[in-house]
Amino acid sequence: MAFAAFSTTTTPSTDPVARRRSPVALFLLLPGILYLMLFFLTPLVSLLLTSFQAPREFGDIGQYDYAFRWQNYVEVVTTYWPHIVRSFSYALAATFFALLISYPLAYFIGVKARSWPLLQSLMLVLVIAPFFISFLLRTLAWKQLFSDESFVVQSLKALSLLGPEAHVTGTAFSVIFGLTYNFIPFMTLPLYTTLERLDVRYLEAGNDLYASPFQVFRKVTIPLSMPGIVAGTLLTFIPAAGDYINASRDFLGGTGTQMMGNVIEANFLVLQNYPTAAALSIILMTVILVIVSIYVKRSGTEELL
Amino acid sequence: MAVGAFADRGADLKLVSIEKRFPGFTAIENLNLTIPAGSFFALLGPSGCGKTTTLRLVAGLEEPTNGRILIGGADVTNQKSFQRPVNTVFQSYALFPHMTVLENVAFGLRRRKIGDPVAKAHEALLLVELDHLAHRKPQQLSGGQQQRVALARAIVNRPALLLLDEPLGALDLKLRRQMQLELKTIQEEVGLTFLHVTHDQEEAMTMADTIAVMNKGRIEQMGEPQQLYELPKTAFVANFLGQSNLFTGPVVGTTSTAIAVDVSGEKIVVPVRRAHRASGQVTIGVRPEKLTLHTQGPIHDAGRNVMGPGRVIDVSFSGVSTQYLVAVPGVKTLVVFAQNVAFGPAVHVGAQVWLSWNIDHGFGLDDDPAEAPRYEADLDTKTIARQRRSSLITELEGA
Ligand SMILES: Nc1ncnc2c1ncn2[C@@H]1O[C@H](COP(=O)(O)OP(=O)(O)OP(=O)(O)O)[C@@H](O)[C@H]1O
Ligand SMILES: [Mg+2]
Repeated sequence: MAFAAFSTTTTPSTDPVARRRSPVALFLLLPGILYLMLFFLTPLVSLLLTSFQAPREFGDIGQYDYAFRWQNYVEVVTTYWPHIVRSFSYALAATFFALLISYPLAYFIGVKARSWPLLQSLMLVLVIAPFFISFLLRTLAWKQLFSDESFVVQSLKALSLLGPEAHVTGTAFSVIFGLTYNFIPFMTLPLYTTLERLDVRYLEAGNDLYASPFQVFRKVTIPLSMPGIVAGTLLTFIPAAGDYINASRDFLGGTGTQMMGNVIEANFLVLQNYPTAAALSIILMTVILVIVSIYVKRSGTEELL
Repeated sequence: MAVGAFADRGADLKLVSIEKRFPGFTAIENLNLTIPAGSFFALLGPSGCGKTTTLRLVAGLEEPTNGRILIGGADVTNQKSFQRPVNTVFQSYALFPHMTVLENVAFGLRRRKIGDPVAKAHEALLLVELDHLAHRKPQQLSGGQQQRVALARAIVNRPALLLLDEPLGALDLKLRRQMQLELKTIQEEVGLTFLHVTHDQEEAMTMADTIAVMNKGRIEQMGEPQQLYELPKTAFVANFLGQSNLFTGPVVGTTSTAIAVDVSGEKIVVPVRRAHRASGQVTIGVRPEKLTLHTQGPIHDAGRNVMGPGRVIDVSFSGVSTQYLVAVPGVKTLVVFAQNVAFGPAVHVGAQVWLSWNIDHGFGLDDDPAEAPRYEADLDTKTIARQRRSSLITELEGA
């Protein structure tokens, strides 16, 4: 038991810190721990068990038995590796473009517009405003804009920037575009909160110490806004990797742009192939966890350079 | 001047009719200043008078509304901050929180691609006695230690012109004296130009070759420390740099060598060469330590001004000297510093005394007496407290 472990490792009566920490903190943590056990750990275990299930002998479609069928994973990876690779490369691309667009935006709102609070709040509202409309609707709107008959595509074709037979929807471009567009606020807001607190006196000190504006940006601004960059990229990358709306054929995707989310959805809801869907989910989760922990660790140490 | 190498000597700084206006506020008006190469220049003034703003203009962190800035003869008004051969020790230190102390100090060297930055940074840290903390982050240092790192970070670059914005404010007296010595040594060894901003008049007096006293965005007076102290030009300087007893009155007699001023019936003589004005209403003064207390009077000596009789209303002992407050009816309360050569105070509260001073020790201000009171509000807190106290005492005595 946790309490017992506590008291054996520390000398209880002589160490006031340990004594003060134990019962109250654990008591306060209890609801959170219970919540996590119930709504996070239980489904996770159930998902893990499902991923090893085997089809029931002589059973119907969608009937499975608990087993340890690790071959599920081999099958999933050999069948769906293009989707796995695609998911992470699309998510990476979307995160990259979102960062590229959001950083200057957040910098302008958080640093340059400081002396005009009204402009600052107006621009923040503009960043958040799209949230007020369902993102399904907004994504559908982009589908309209990118459809073959749309003004945009017609004009691009008229200008010969697009071949007569080319499409925009259903391409990697439109999916990455959609992901980038939908996750920009998640990137901008954390960036804004760190940049808003950025002390310009550090930038001045950098300037004073012979650093050109670009060097100041690289050596001072970026490291000091690292918390915002890490938060923003995680908030974009993680949901983008599992996203199934943008890449769906009903929205901006096509047959050649399916991501893991789409495959999981199809296996779970249409094919009723629960073990495959579960195995894919576990793979998605594990890869994200590995990537994120490497990333957090590296960005943490890079800060020191 | 190239910024790619250490400066082999200081550069002179010239500010030509600099004006700086913030929206709705003029921080600096028509500032003209020349600081010769290799000199230690102190800028002294009360809080909010525009000292930091002046340094920021020189460093290129602020653009002047009008005027030009020349460093080493080259016009740098339009140069960006990072191109100027100038470094600043910031009032707020502004140490990079994401770098170690060592990396902070090496930052400027690395940007200028100067060889062996780490060794040079260590050297600079040794100078401020912080080499043992080189691998800490600035947040893990005390205020005084941070201040010394800021000093090392600027000095390590050996800039032609070093700007110091109250660089020793957070240090205790002993360390401060030590750093003053250190600074002075570096400045003299390399012949760098230092522009040093400080609140501490003693620091300015002991370190600087030239002091400029600034008030409300203008330079009130500039000169060698001794000259500023002996011959202040304005009431502000007379009270900001040490203390003064000031009297106002009309000039009633003039000879080729001296003027006589009528101060509430007493004739006070000031040498012409020590008076900035020689006619009309004038303000004259004398330093408290130049006054002599007499328990018997009146004294008749052609070489001395005499005032009194007055009453001692306060005696405060401060080690080497004792400060007496003497209320002279019709004039004002005078401050007297007397060296403690004998044991215990020479006179006690309530004693009747006369005051005298050598006429060569008086000085005449350039101020128009009618304008002088506008400086009252800016006096240092100690003086204000003392004035409060003496006005309270006179009030009590009147009741
Ligand atoms: N960005 C700004 N906008 C408006 N006013 C400013 C700005 N910066 C400084 N000021 C004003 O200019 C005046 C001079 O400021 P400055 O910082 O130069 O004072 P200082 O002499 O350095 O004072 P201290 O000794 O307290 O540091 C102050 O009254 C200040 O309020
Ligand atoms: Mg200041």
